[in-house]
Amino acid sequence: MKRRDFLQSGSGLVVSFSLLGTAGRAGAQGSTGTAAAAKSLLKGEVDAWLGIAADGRVTVYSGKVDLGTGTRTALAQLVAEELDVDFGQIDMVMGDTLLTIDQGQTAGSLTISNGGLTLRRAAACARQALLAAAAKRLPATAGELVVAHGVVSTRTGERKISYAALVEGQPLNIKLDPKIALKNPASHTVVGQSIPRVDIPAKVTGRFPYIHDFKLPGMLHARVVRPPGLGATLLSVDESSVSQIAGGVRVVRKQDFLAVVSSSEWAAVKAARTLQAQWTAAHTLPEQARLYEYWRHLPVGKDEPVIQTGDAVAALGTGAKRLKATFDFAPHTHGSMGPACAVADFKDGRCTIWSASQATHSLQSELATVLGIAKANIRLIYLDGAGCYGRNGHEDCSGDAALVSQLVGAPVRVQWMRADEHGWDPKSPPTLVDMEGALDAQGLPLAWRSEFFIAQARGTLDEFPLLAAVLSGVKRSGYYTGNLQKNAEVLYQFPHMKTEVHRLADTAFRTAHLRTPGRMQNTFANEAFFDEMAAAAGADPLQWRLTYLQEPRARAVLEDVARLSNWQSRPSPRTDQTGDVADGRATAELSRGRGVAFVKYDNDRTFVALVAEVEVNRRSGKVRVTEVWCSHDCGQLINPDGARNQIEGGIVQTISRTLLEELQFDRTHITSLDWTSYPILRFPEVPHIHISLINRPEQTAWGAGEMAATVVPAAISNAVFDATGVRLRSVPFLPAKVKAAASA
Amino acid sequence: MELNLNVNGLARTAEVDSDTPLLYVLRDNLGLQGPKYGCGLGQCGACTVLINGEAVRSCVTPVASVKSSAIVTLEGLGTPEQPHPVQQAFIDEQAVQCGYCINGMVMTSVVLLRKTPRPSEAHIRQALGNNLCRCGTHTRIIKAVQRAAEPRPTALNGD
Repeated sequence: MKRRDFLQSGSGLVVSFSLLGTAGRAGAQGSTGTAAAAKSLLKGEVDAWLGIAADGRVTVYSGKVDLGTGTRTALAQLVAEELDVDFGQIDMVMGDTLLTIDQGQTAGSLTISNGGLTLRRAAACARQALLAAAAKRLPATAGELVVAHGVVSTRTGERKISYAALVEGQPLNIKLDPKIALKNPASHTVVGQSIPRVDIPAKVTGRFPYIHDFKLPGMLHARVVRPPGLGATLLSVDESSVSQIAGGVRVVRKQDFLAVVSSSEWAAVKAARTLQAQWTAAHTLPEQARLYEYWRHLPVGKDEPVIQTGDAVAALGTGAKRLKATFDFAPHTHGSMGPACAVADFKDGRCTIWSASQATHSLQSELATVLGIAKANIRLIYLDGAGCYGRNGHEDCSGDAALVSQLVGAPVRVQWMRADEHGWDPKSPPTLVDMEGALDAQGLPLAWRSEFFIAQARGTLDEFPLLAAVLSGVKRSGYYTGNLQKNAEVLYQFPHMKTEVHRLADTAFRTAHLRTPGRMQNTFANEAFFDEMAAAAGADPLQWRLTYLQEPRARAVLEDVARLSNWQSRPSPRTDQTGDVADGRATAELSRGRGVAFVKYDNDRTFVALVAEVEVNRRSGKVRVTEVWCSHDCGQLINPDGARNQIEGGIVQTISRTLLEELQFDRTHITSLDWTSYPILRFPEVPHIHISLINRPEQTAWGAGEMAATVVPAAISNAVFDATGVRLRSVPFLPAKVKAAASA
Repeated sequence: MELNLNVNGLARTAEVDSDTPLLYVLRDNLGLQGPKYGCGLGQCGACTVLINGEAVRSCVTPVASVKSSAIVTLEGLGTPEQPHPVQQAFIDEQAVQCGYCINGMVMTSVVLLRKTPRPSEAHIRQALGNNLCRCGTHTRIIKAVQRAAEPRPTALNGD
C-alpha cells in the first residue's frame, strides 16, 4: 500500500514559499522543522491551517495573532488536544499574510472562540485522516487503534506508526469538514490545563523577538515628523537645519508626509527634533472644556433601530419616583508601553512589512493604496509588539515604514517616539448617555429609558485613513472605527423600556477601538443607573439585579461574586459612616464602600459580575480601589491561568482608565504626549484582585480579554456612592470631580 | 568616537556619538534587546539596566557617562535555560502579558531584593512605583517579587 493512499487529490491554488527568504524565516516566529513545500491558502483545506513535518513537528497557521495575551499558547493547546500530539511539538505561525488565512482582525476577544474553533476542526480532520491512513498501513481496523503523542498504535501496542512516518513531510491534501466531531470535553488532557505560556521564558530573559528588535541588512532608521495637527499642510522644509548632524541624515517628503532617515538611529532621532518645517495652522479639534456639548450637537449619521418594550415615555410620566441622569466617558489613548515600530522592505515593486498589527491581512489593502501597488504584492509578517488593546499606532507606523522604504529604496525601520504614539495613535471616542427611570408607588421599577450618543463607524477597515496615506495625498473616504452600540440594551426586565442609539458623524478625533469598545462606556451608564434605581427603591443592588435577571448563568456569576466578596445585603449608601465629601473638616477622612456591576458581554457571551471596594478620601476627593472580586463565566476554559491573567489585566487597566485617564487636547492637537500628562495607574494604587472562574467544559469557549473590564467603571462608581452617597457619572473620577459632585 | 564599555562582564567597543543614550548603543551597536525603548524620558522604566549595581534608565543616560562602569542588561542576568532567580520567579508566576515592561520590572526587582532581601508588599509596590505596565500585570509582578524573596537554596542565592 502506498503511504499517501489516504490523501485525496489536491485541488486549487498552491502558494509557494518563494517570497520566504532569509528574513522571512526570521519573521516566522521561530517555526522550525516545517518542510518549505507548497502551502495551501484555501480555508477549506486542512493544509491551510496546519502541517506535519518529517520530524513530526506540527506547524499551525493562524490568521489571529497573539497580542501579548497568551493565545499563541492557548491555540496550540487546542490543536494538541484534537490532534493528539504533545503540546511541545507545536510551532505557531501567526498573522503572516503569505502563510495564514485572513481570519479577520485580532479583536473582540474572538481569537479562542472563532479562530480557535477552526483550528480545532482542522486538527480533528487531520487526526481522522491520519487514523484512516494508519489503519491501512499497519493494517488494523479503526476500532483497534489509539493515538497518543502523535503515534497511532493498536491497543496492544504491537503495531504502531507515527504521524511523521505517515505524512513524510507532505501536505495532507484533505478537506476541512466544518461538521467534524470534536473530542468529548471529558476526555481533555491539554485543554483546561494552565500550561505555562511559551513566550514568557524568552521575554523575561531578553531573548524574545519583538518587532522593535527586528533588523534587516542595510536597514535605515527613520523618524516621522508630524504636522502640528491633522489638516495642517507643509509649506516648506529647511533641509540644511539637519545637515550638521553626524551620521548623515536624509529628509524624505511626499506632500505633507515628512520623515528623516539615517543609518544611525540616534542621528534620526536628533534630526526629527531639529528639522525646521513650516506648516499651516489647523484647528480641527473641539474645545476640550466643552467636549460633551460639542459631542451632543454633532450631526447624527444614523440612528440604530429603537429597542422597546411597552411605552417607556408615557410610563415615566406616571411614576411615583422619577430619576434622570447623564453619563459621560472621556476619550482615552491605548497607551502601549512600546511606541509603534515597523520595518519595511520595498523592492522591485513589492513590499514586505514586519508589523505588530492586529490586522495584518486587512492592512495589506490599506498599504496597497499608500504605495500604489497591488495588494498581492504586499506581504505583512506579524511580529509581537507591546500590548495594543485595539488599533493603536502599529498600523499607521507600518504605513510610515512602507512609504519611507519606497521613497528611499532601502529597508527602513520606523520607530515612533513616545509623543508620536500618545499624539497620533487613534483614540477611543468620547461617549454620552442620557438615562431616565421611574419607580411605581410600591418602589418597583416601572420604566427605563436610555439614549446613547456614540461615534459612528463608517465604511470598511480597508478604507482607514492611515497617516501615511492622508499626509502623502492619497484620498481616503475617511473611515474611522467608532464605538459599538453593543450592551446599550440591558437584560433587566422592566415593564416599560426604550433604548435609542444615535450614531454621531464623528469628526473630533482619529478614532479606533480600545479594549472593550462601546460595551465599557454603555455598561458604565447602564449599570451605574441601575444602581441609582436600586438605591431609590431602597433595595440591595446585588439582590435587585437577581430579581430582574432570568438567565441562570447571569444569576450564577452574581451569586458567586456575592459569596466571594462576602457581600452583606443592604441598600446603598451605607449609613454607618459620617462626614461630607466636600467638608475638609470631617473627622473621619476616609470612607469605604462596595459596588457591584454585571454584564453579559454583547448580550450573547461571557458573563461577568464584579464587586469593587473603594476608599474615598473626603478631604482630597481621591478614590482608591482596594479590593476587587470577580466571578467570570466564559464557558469552556482552555488555559485557566491565561484567562486569569487577562481578567486581572483588564481590571487593572480599566481602574486606571476610570480613575485617571483623560485625553488632553487643544484646538490643534493632542497635548497629553507623555506619561506625566497622561498618567496611568501605578503599583501602589493597584488593588488586590480575587477571581472565581466558572468553568463549563461542555459549553462554547468564549473570550476573556475584554469582558471583566466592561464592568469596572460602574462597580467603582457604585462603590463610591455606597461610601459617600455621591454619584460619579463622568469618567475619569478625578479628585476635583469627586469634590464637585459632592457639593452639587 | 570609539567607546570601550563593560557590558554583561564582557569588554565591548562601539563607534558612536558621545551624546548617544546608552539604550541606543546597547540595542543598535551591541545587539542587546532586553532593554526597551518606551518613552525616552525616563518615565516608564522599560529601558532599565544595571550600572554598577544600580537600576538606571538607559534612555536618558549618555553613553559617555558610563564608559568606566559595569553595565548589566536583562540578558546578562540569565538565559531561558538558566534564568536568574528573579527571572525564574516571573516565569513561575506567569507575570507577563505583552512583556514590554518586564525588563524594567526584573531589573528593578533585582536591585530591590539585593538591598532588601525580604521586602514587605508595600515596599515592593513603592520600589516599582515608577515602572509602568499597561497590560495590568501588576499583581502578578508583586507575587513574582515575593516569590523571589522567599528563602531559597544557597546555590541560587548569588545575584
